[in-house]
Amino acid sequence: MAQIVVKNVKKMFGDFTAVRESSFTIEDGEFFMLLGPSGCGKTTTLRMIAGLELPTSGEIYLDGEEISQRPPSERDIAFVFQMFALYPHMNVRKNISYPLISQGMPRAAVKAKVEEVAGILGIKDILDSPVGGLSGGDRQRVALGRAIVREPKAFMMDEPLGALDAEFREHMAEELRALHDRMGATTVYVTHDQLEAMQMGDKIVVMNNAVIEQFGTPQEIYDKPATMFVADFIGSPSMNFLPFKGTVTPGSEMVRLNGHDEAVPKMIEGAEGDLVFGVRPEHVFLSNESGYRAKVLAAEYLGTTQIVTLQSPNGELKARIDARETVSPGETVGLEFRSPTITLFEKSTGRALRSVLNDEVLGNG
Amino acid sequence: MSSFSVTEPSNRSKWIAGALVIGYALITMIPLVWILLTGFKSPADAISYPPKVVFEPTLEGYVNLFTTRTRQTQEFLDANPPQNWADEIVRQYDMVIVGPSKFGERFMNSVIIGFGSTFLSIFLGTLAAYAFSRFKVPLKDDLLFFILSTRMMPPVAVAIPIFLMFRNLGLSDTHLGMILLYTGVNISLAVWLLKGFIDEIPREYEEAALIDGYTRFQAFYKVVLPQAATGIASTAIFCLIFAWNEYAFAVLLTSANAQTAPPFIPTIIGIGGLDWPAVAAGATIFLIPVMIFTILMRKHLLRGITFGAVRK
Repeated sequence: MAQIVVKNVKKMFGDFTAVRESSFTIEDGEFFMLLGPSGCGKTTTLRMIAGLELPTSGEIYLDGEEISQRPPSERDIAFVFQMFALYPHMNVRKNISYPLISQGMPRAAVKAKVEEVAGILGIKDILDSPVGGLSGGDRQRVALGRAIVREPKAFMMDEPLGALDAEFREHMAEELRALHDRMGATTVYVTHDQLEAMQMGDKIVVMNNAVIEQFGTPQEIYDKPATMFVADFIGSPSMNFLPFKGTVTPGSEMVRLNGHDEAVPKMIEGAEGDLVFGVRPEHVFLSNESGYRAKVLAAEYLGTTQIVTLQSPNGELKARIDARETVSPGETVGLEFRSPTITLFEKSTGRALRSVLNDEVLGNG
Repeated sequence: MSSFSVTEPSNRSKWIAGALVIGYALITMIPLVWILLTGFKSPADAISYPPKVVFEPTLEGYVNLFTTRTRQTQEFLDANPPQNWADEIVRQYDMVIVGPSKFGERFMNSVIIGFGSTFLSIFLGTLAAYAFSRFKVPLKDDLLFFILSTRMMPPVAVAIPIFLMFRNLGLSDTHLGMILLYTGVNISLAVWLLKGFIDEIPREYEEAALIDGYTRFQAFYKVVLPQAATGIASTAIFCLIFAWNEYAFAVLLTSANAQTAPPFIPTIIGIGGLDWPAVAAGATIFLIPVMIFTILMRKHLLRGITFGAVRK
């Protein structure tokens, strides 16, 4: 198993920049998520690590060795494709044994290894069936079997759950994570589903428009977003953005939002002009004492919680509150925000302003 | 109560459609039936009017097709009794068999040239189609159009330049020359058809093979080729049928050495009067290889012809 270092990697397709100079490190044994909307360059990044695309410039180190220009067969990396790409003219056993045959492993050893892997994945009973008639989940398991059978240094997975039914997806996500914990293999996983990324990942890289927006643990990315894009992309419903004009000075712990002082984490960086007050829905509370008033537009009941949509003087926002509180559309309520969680953004660049909340995270890029 | 379905045809319309298809098939089969029957008729029955449907079958046509015969005097015939059943048949015209005809040789020429050019067309066509489908080829669209443009006129239109070219290169009346010629005509069809088939094969299969430790070429022949089998089979049928049936170039460019069956069969007419049974026998035997080949490839053919229309 191995550490993967991606250093200043860039990929151009003609004049189109698919990935702008990107760097990050995947530690040995980590379950690493590449997250972003479609077309952001996450799959291209994954394919460059696997060797299916060669980077235009930059270096990729696998276990300390520079591999960026090597063919995939010389990298010892396994890849699980979104559509599984099982060889349709072979049965399950042949599919799983195919990577071993290419290494010239003796027949008996191949057979034993395939049986072992099939046992881990619980697909022993379908080993001799053709892949054509398999269910989505079994195809997924066969694809995983083909990946793990030769014990590669790292696994690449390109939206491996994307082709499954919603109900089965969750089950498979658990199975995948359990498999990873058991094997302890470095895994790079591409997804556009932020819930999947949060649920399974040790670390997440959020990409947008060929650029890495943020890189960190799920908690860091959720609580301390580096940009408005990340804050918006992660979380459902996403972070509320309340635009305001104002001045922030280093050391201040208050901002003026429509005439009301709102506490924020102690600022390290100052800014003035168009700013954005970012607060997650679960950190918005209804309070009659508050002078900051908003009108209730709608309430969605979700069982334990409810999502209340409100019209504030700084724009629309959503609050996630206890389902037992009664709110009715049309009424006006006071709002309070949990101040230690607030992030301020510069509106023109979308960048988060540094405060005691996020300084450590933003400091490591 | 009967129930109506919008998508499912009613029994009555199924019957009508079936009858129409069967009727049409019977009409198109009349020439084939005529050839098959005429091959087993005597020369007199073959030209009788109205045509005989019921007749006494004889192998005369086949014997005449495969042998050369000479007329002999009565004394010679009396002195040499017939040696076998074929000899017996020709005796009724006071003839004896003196040797095999050229038909066997011509037929083998057809086999060599037809299958040779089909193999070469498919081999080159598959490689070219794979390259066009998967790689960034400079001027790809122009090259593909150029390849297609060789099909935009009837091949015979360039017969004279090809005749001169073959004469200068020493390719006239050679197997190699005919194989190259038919390959040249078929390759555009092969490249275009096969490119369509290979485009349909997801790249992920090859990428999976690359990841699994195979080279690009191994991925091509271990993963892509088996997937393209349907396309290769149906393309091969089209190529073979063209090369097998081609007449004009065969007449023009071949004579003693590499002549194929199509220009040979009509020459039978000239040998001993209008020998329709022999011609029909030749045509029947000539049909057999393509028929067998098509039947062998049949399961691939339907999907091949409707490719692109039916998605997996």
